[in-house]
Amino acid sequence: MNYFQLFHLPAQFELDLTELGTRYLELQRQFHPDKHAAGSERDKLMAVQQAANINDAYHSLKQPLLRAEHLLALRGLKISNEQRSFMEPAFLMQQMELRELLAEISDAADPDALIDEADQQIQQQKKALLRQLQSALDANNPEHDHQAADIIRKLKFFFKLQHELELIEQTQD
Amino acid sequence: MAYSTKVIDHYENPRNVGSFAKDDPSIATGMVGAPACGDVMKLQLKINDQGIIEDAKFKTYGCGSAIASSSLVTEWVKGKSIDEAALIKNTDIAQELALPPVKIHCSILAEDAIKAAIADYKQRHGN
Repeated sequence: MNYFQLFHLPAQFELDLTELGTRYLELQRQFHPDKHAAGSERDKLMAVQQAANINDAYHSLKQPLLRAEHLLALRGLKISNEQRSFMEPAFLMQQMELRELLAEISDAADPDALIDEADQQIQQQKKALLRQLQSALDANNPEHDHQAADIIRKLKFFFKLQHELELIEQTQD
Repeated sequence: MAYSTKVIDHYENPRNVGSFAKDDPSIATGMVGAPACGDVMKLQLKINDQGIIEDAKFKTYGCGSAIASSSLVTEWVKGKSIDEAALIKNTDIAQELALPPVKIHCSILAEDAIKAAIADYKQRHGN
């Protein structure tokens, strides 16, 4: 299913989240099962199915990485659920260093300073990778699509790091 | 999901955690990661002139199964030649640790870490 089509949005990475939200509410109203309660069994079933599709589509389009994966899948490059190991030594070394930085926080004399430092590094790298992802996807050709897939893989590590950092911040409070 | 007793043992008492000096020519370093869960694994092998793995160390940031898989692998590779170590399969690791299907990728990561370390060694020793 093409989620962009469902929401009448252009199939591209850049997305107006406000517009997405508005379309979502419109579609939700249109296909709300209550509205089809008087219809035939088949109508009711289709409304339920469509309401589920709309929810799935909304959640995928809202998140940049899922949106990028969906866009690649529409172009024939499926990378969600892949179990392949990522093997770029320099990138992984940097991940290891950031993980070590995170591990130091709990014993640090000034944990907040380390949290800020880690947060800054993660945000900076994430932003840069998201920019690269945007231009790779905008190029819309197989070579750049493969680059985009690699950028998504890297971004997943950073989203995980961010999550880990948030967990640490919670224990610090 | 319950971890097997072997996973818990390796997780609570990980074998051979740490690092060797990276620029030591007898040290081979394998770095691998799993984008899906964000796990990162570093496996280092100390290889002598006869191509025998004398020692191994690992550092893994990830779930219990990823830590147990890498810990187990450091025990298994010691004393093996690099060709023998290259034969270790993820299915052997998964079976030994009784990993459930959703954690199979952790054993794949450990197998790939051995391969990456051997590739690093071969690249640096020109064969």
